[in-house]
Amino acid sequence: MHIIESGNVAAATGVKLARTEVIAAYPITPQTPLTEKLSELVDSGKMKAEYIPVESEHSALAVCIAASSAGSRAFTATSANGLLYMSEQIHWAAGARLPIVMCVVNRGIGAPWTVWNDHQDAISQRDAGWIQLYACDHQQIIDTVIQAFHIAETVRIPVMVCYDGYLLSHTYMPFEIPEQDAVDAFLPKFSPSYFLDPKNPANLNTVTLPDIRPDVRGNMAPGYMEIRNNLHTDMRKTISVVEEMDRKYQKTVGRGGNPLIEKYRCEDADFIAVCLGSLSYQLRDVVDTLRGEGIKTGVAGIRLYRPFPDKTVAAEFVNAKGLIVFEKALSYGNQGALYSDIKSALYRNDNRPFVHNYILGLGGREIKTPDLLHAFRISCTDFRKIGDDPQWIGLKL
Amino acid sequence: MKNDKYGRFTSHSEPGPGDGGRTGSWRVVRPVIDLAKCIPVKSNKMSCFTCWLYCPDNVITRTIPPTIDYEYCKGCEICAEECPADAITMVEEAEFVKKEK
Amino acid sequence: MTQKTTILTLPEEELVHPGNRACAGCGLSIIYRIGLKALGRDTILVVPPSCLTVLQGLYPIAATQLPCLNVTFASTAAAATGVLGALRAQGRKKTTVAAWAGDGGTSDIGIQALSGACERGENFIFICYDNEAYMNTGVQRSGTTPQGVITTTTPIRGKLQKKKEVPAIIAAHGIDYVATASAAYPLDLYDKIKKAKTISGPKYIHVHCPCPAGWGFDPRYTVKIGKLAVETGLYDLYEIEKGKFQLTGPSRKLDNKKRKPVSEYFKTQSRFKALSKKRIQEIQQSIDEKWERYQDQAG
Repeated sequence: MHIIESGNVAAATGVKLARTEVIAAYPITPQTPLTEKLSELVDSGKMKAEYIPVESEHSALAVCIAASSAGSRAFTATSANGLLYMSEQIHWAAGARLPIVMCVVNRGIGAPWTVWNDHQDAISQRDAGWIQLYACDHQQIIDTVIQAFHIAETVRIPVMVCYDGYLLSHTYMPFEIPEQDAVDAFLPKFSPSYFLDPKNPANLNTVTLPDIRPDVRGNMAPGYMEIRNNLHTDMRKTISVVEEMDRKYQKTVGRGGNPLIEKYRCEDADFIAVCLGSLSYQLRDVVDTLRGEGIKTGVAGIRLYRPFPDKTVAAEFVNAKGLIVFEKALSYGNQGALYSDIKSALYRNDNRPFVHNYILGLGGREIKTPDLLHAFRISCTDFRKIGDDPQWIGLKL
Repeated sequence: MKNDKYGRFTSHSEPGPGDGGRTGSWRVVRPVIDLAKCIPVKSNKMSCFTCWLYCPDNVITRTIPPTIDYEYCKGCEICAEECPADAITMVEEAEFVKKEK
Repeated sequence: MTQKTTILTLPEEELVHPGNRACAGCGLSIIYRIGLKALGRDTILVVPPSCLTVLQGLYPIAATQLPCLNVTFASTAAAATGVLGALRAQGRKKTTVAAWAGDGGTSDIGIQALSGACERGENFIFICYDNEAYMNTGVQRSGTTPQGVITTTTPIRGKLQKKKEVPAIIAAHGIDYVATASAAYPLDLYDKIKKAKTISGPKYIHVHCPCPAGWGFDPRYTVKIGKLAVETGLYDLYEIEKGKFQLTGPSRKLDNKKRKPVSEYFKTQSRFKALSKKRIQEIQQSIDEKWERYQDQAG
């Protein structure tokens, strides 16, 4: 069924179709309509789930951590400062290997207060051990939410589904809602190998010592470092799991095909714009214009940001002359995070394209298509002008 | 917790005694029960067991006579302090070392 | 609770293993051992960082035979909420969920989550063991450290501020059961937890918990000192059931005229050595006034 609705409703519908059992959330703009929709679905009896209206984001993720530890499928959502308030719990959920799914409705971080979109919130949590997927439209939001549970529960690593505040969360677009039967065929019931159970008692997340120690049966148990190494190796395996889930989703629901990177006119492109989220759509217009001028350009929207599909990036862009990374976040005092990741992925190639970095749209600053066009054109035609430092687009003073 | 395909290592602890080791080695004084004074022993009735109630480490049994597990008794002396019949005295561990020699 | 539990009727089964890492004479060890007997095997515990984290054993061996979720410091009551949510979703409704935190994890960093859970009416038992400072990190002041007490962060003059009255704060949420207990009266604690298990909604039990290392006394006096706090009328045992306050057990029996002077309690512990005679008099006066109010209320 096709409907025209907001990105937040797309996310809520995905959460419902995934038969989520426990939902906890605290309102924050622009995530709020998602939370409201889920409360409505539960309150009206349309969705069978426990909705817990917690008193903070820290508690929202605490509820999900505990519910997941007790064997239930759990979901939360937040934005910006709410995500940062959760930060301790974000790391905890990853270390405890809990397959929680969280929507991050991307918004800039205070101070100063801003409620508008950029990606600094999710990017600031990129090293926490969560899988990060970025949706670029409403269809991707609902599909990615459903897939996220399967990915998370397969590798036992929590997933953030990130989408742009306002630009996607509050805009109305047509999208297709998958049939419940198709979703059920795609997503198996959550069956953790251990859950909190008085009949089979265990103490979870106990203090570890620097070295490994024998367990009650005398076998050496992995210590902190092994547990963390395992999180990393399973994260690396997740790249192929995301691809596998995409194939399964295509079979059962009938949509997909770009699990890691969503490409537009990249096949013969000399210069490729790289970005996260909905910006890729705006860049498509720019690419069409530049192609009209005879410059072979394309756009690559990164869908899977963590784990970073570095080998795919290196292989996909092996023939490009230049990559231009447009980012709504940066590592202050250095450069854009995605820019660093792209450059490091390309390091393995013998012939490396130049890579430029543009910072734009912070705190919801309007991204004007002519500005994008101008920057992209300079990068393609006069690339030596642009150095290694990030270039800022849209600064007015 | 190991799964064949993904490690999924977590800090998962199972119940078992003595993570702190044989805590009896912490002890510098040892509680010794004078059975002649011990109320349940004297009366031969299930009674008193104040030592059992208050023992923080559950190393005393609610039996006639009460017994103390010296493998784990930390020697806190609460049993001796609380015994209403003054039946428990604390003896320097050094005394037992001498005897063993 | 019509029938009071006695030493002879207290269940034999132990749910805490010996050989754990608690200090000798630890008040928490007494509370925990007796408390788990009351909670029973069909219980899931939620525990934030505290001495209990250490007592329960280091990975991969647990000193407890109940399933336990260790959680971040500020999140105890919210995590208990999450366990309850999952149990409801799965239809496992008989299992008791008990959160067990120290005074810092309850009155300071944990109070927001606790307040939220109480307001939401979560069906859990929250047990705060109050050893009146951050003992696990080496005796730093907490919200429940009494006025005048020397800690490692109030090292010279003692704590200047008053002890936070956490049971009163929790009672203000209008929950059906709030009680205080003491490590020195384990049977009273046992009966209160048993009673809490029969009540639905949030239950809060605040347990006074002497700490030999942090309070500066010989481990053998843990019970004696716990009793002195009650016998001097400084720390009172009571229940607030559906809003109705009543003194219980030893505090109820305490003859107002025979109350011991609070100085007897203070002189047993080195943490009170910064208290001036004047301060002690003031504290004595406030205790006397409190007990006059109790008498007036009793009519």
